[in-house]
Amino acid sequence: MDDSTLTQQQKLKYYQKGTFTVGNRLVADEERSVQASAERSNALTSGHRACQGCGEALGARYAIDAAMRATGNDLIAVNATGCLEVFTTPYPETSWQLPWLHSLFGNAAAVATGVAAAMRVKGKKTRVVAQGGDGGTTDIGFQCLSGMFERNDDVLYICYDNEGYMNTGVQRSSATPPAARTATTPALGPEPGNVFGTGKFVPKIAVAHGIPYVATATVADLRDLEAKVIKAMGITGARYIQINVPCPLGWGAPSYDTIKLARLAVECGLYPIFEAEHGRITQSRKIRRQVPVRDYLILQKRYAHLFRNGVDDPRVQRLQAICDAHIEEYGLLGDDAEA
Amino acid sequence: MEHDFAITLDVGTSLANHTGTWRTFRPDYVHRLPPCNAACPAGEDIQGWLSFAEAGEYEAAWRALTKNNPLPAVMGRVCYHPCETACNRSQIDAAVGVNAVERFLGDMAIAKGWAFAPPTQKSGKKVLVVGAGPAGLSAAYHLAMLGHEVTLREAGPAPGGMMRFGIPKYRLPRDVLDAEVARIADLGVRIEYNSKVSDLQATIKEGGFDAAFLAVGAHIAKRAYIPAGEATKILDAVQVLASMEGAEKPLLGRRVVVYGGGNTALDVARTAKRLGAEEAIIVYRRTREKMPAHDFELEEALEEGVMMKWLSTIKHVDAGAITVEKMKLDEAGFPQPTGEFETLEADSVVLALGQDVDLSLLDGVPGLEFSDGLVKVGPDMMTGAKGIFAGGDMAPSERTVTVAVGHGKKAARHIDAFLRGETYAPPPKHELASFENLNPWYYGEAPQTLRPTLEIARRSSTFEEVVKGLDESNALYEARRCLSCGNCFECDNCYGVCPDNAVIKLGAGKGFKFNYDFCKGCGVCEAECPCGAIAMAPEEI
Repeated sequence: MDDSTLTQQQKLKYYQKGTFTVGNRLVADEERSVQASAERSNALTSGHRACQGCGEALGARYAIDAAMRATGNDLIAVNATGCLEVFTTPYPETSWQLPWLHSLFGNAAAVATGVAAAMRVKGKKTRVVAQGGDGGTTDIGFQCLSGMFERNDDVLYICYDNEGYMNTGVQRSSATPPAARTATTPALGPEPGNVFGTGKFVPKIAVAHGIPYVATATVADLRDLEAKVIKAMGITGARYIQINVPCPLGWGAPSYDTIKLARLAVECGLYPIFEAEHGRITQSRKIRRQVPVRDYLILQKRYAHLFRNGVDDPRVQRLQAICDAHIEEYGLLGDDAEA
Repeated sequence: MEHDFAITLDVGTSLANHTGTWRTFRPDYVHRLPPCNAACPAGEDIQGWLSFAEAGEYEAAWRALTKNNPLPAVMGRVCYHPCETACNRSQIDAAVGVNAVERFLGDMAIAKGWAFAPPTQKSGKKVLVVGAGPAGLSAAYHLAMLGHEVTLREAGPAPGGMMRFGIPKYRLPRDVLDAEVARIADLGVRIEYNSKVSDLQATIKEGGFDAAFLAVGAHIAKRAYIPAGEATKILDAVQVLASMEGAEKPLLGRRVVVYGGGNTALDVARTAKRLGAEEAIIVYRRTREKMPAHDFELEEALEEGVMMKWLSTIKHVDAGAITVEKMKLDEAGFPQPTGEFETLEADSVVLALGQDVDLSLLDGVPGLEFSDGLVKVGPDMMTGAKGIFAGGDMAPSERTVTVAVGHGKKAARHIDAFLRGETYAPPPKHELASFENLNPWYYGEAPQTLRPTLEIARRSSTFEEVVKGLDESNALYEARRCLSCGNCFECDNCYGVCPDNAVIKLGAGKGFKFNYDFCKGCGVCEAECPCGAIAMAPEEI
């Protein structure tokens, strides 16, 4: 892994307290995160109808505020159908404080391509972000997304991954993890919950397209997330960022555990955090305090069937094996775990 | 505006949608009591002054510190820092070195000549303070800051009490003590040396005092009956340590035996080594675990070559030798004789068996009550005699400099209220900030800075200070290790992590407030607050 690609935002080590916090009263304003600023754009403002503790609402504000700062507020967002669209924009109300466009469930990438082309034709420098949930990205919108990648259109596509179709009642998507209970993968029968399939990890598919920039992030590491969005906005061409956004409703977790769950998903190795440029993985975020996957699963009712009668289901070990494979593949353990 | 079919509202922002009505739990910013503050016998707001030190505002830190304790440079050397024992950071890596930062601030104040700001208004009341030890100095300082006219009478030739005549110079250099006392005197406190009060009532009457605070300490060494032959040299610890302040150093000989297991026994043994004794042996009847002395002081003594004779009592003292009997602990943990004897060579024996109070100045004062040779005081530090307060070693409590400083402050507040015909009611304490209130994820790993110590070779021959101070860079680092338990340090986490943008940032130093119009009560802010400064409570529905 090449350390030189670490941006200042990621590297900045605060003082003994506050290294990992949103801001810090002891450092200069320009060294603080976008979210620490009283002047942040609040692209997704109050009054939206997301559930209490919504990870997606949080992730979207984090990402779009950072993109707004990076583009000097010259930004248009295109949204796929999904929670994010529904809870922010029940006509005639909207929570978006930037130009925002919604067409269909599956065509956000294609619409964004069109908006970018229109801006180019009109001689404007306005940048374009497309965004959607995992359903609108990894299933329904996948064809349009792959086309946008392959043509290297100048769009940053952000997928807020909450691992299911939460808006319509928690159905399984191709991003739902194995063993998780959803409305369509009930905790019944000999193999309760979602199947242990072959997996469909869209960030790696994006890397395989050889596009200029791919990254994963979570709402648990704001500075890393902002750094990646700002970096992506400095690049021309197709870019993809997938953000893990816990869903208290769909995951069966208390609303206050949203950030904790995102943190544990990373610390156990289940959700690898990395960056890739032009088809090659350039760096990964190291695990800081490793935990067994059990610590992550047991907090969520969608995995409750794995822990019935005080006995761990053998499939907990299969999930641990997935974590171990990620740790190996992405090099998630190592010295700069403190960075 | 014309509306489409089935639409009744104008197009607009979601700010019209007050999601605060969803809330069943409500977050509030709170202050919790940091465990360091809760543990401090002098009642310092440690977290408070560290927060100034973290920002490099050392003078503000020193001023915040000295609101409660006028002797930081002394304290940073002799306090047994129960704050560090209580520190929540010890559950992450190691406790914050509060004592080291306190000393840094105290030393900086002396170097820069910072002075206390005298009160602008005088009360016109006169208070007598008896004894210029830590309790008396602390009371005099606080009373003077409250506008009272204070006369401090000290029987000895110099201020400090046991800080001067009990604590050796290698732990507390006298120039440090003198500088901090001078700063109190500069407030207008009149200190009279060699001026023993032998008749309290007469002194109060003659001086026209409205109240008195007694803190004469405990200077009479306890004796034990030990059969001794002729030409034996038996001294007591108080006498030995006090004579270190005079021109004539005590003659202890080449082999010194110290009898006792407290900090004073260690002080004497270490002093003996520095005076040239080849052997300094502490004879103690119980075990190391049962020893009342602090472990770090024992460690320092052992490093300097002081030897320990555990589970032993002195049965007989002869010229040049003593007889000790070995003990064993019974099931209840008490030492019992074994009948086995041993002879140790000794040129002198120093008894360090504790100290009693000279209560003669209280003769004839009506209303006083005594117990076990100490003056009984109420929760307001007042004795049974109206207007006469007491504290420090002469009142029942743990005998440390810090406890005495705390007594002085507490007494001063009650005396102040008494002089106005009122009763002082301390403000209610916040709930304790426990480790469970914190989110330790947000604190970076940062080990404690150890203070350098003087090389062993120099410790056996000189009275140079053993433990050195921190410099600015490592004092700042140490201050920034503070977790700010229970009190907001403006990390912006709540402002950042709210999915509903319902936290309002008020600007530097002003903190935050919740926008309850939009707060849905999810509790993410409370869960992600590093320092436990937010509490969730059920909404009244």
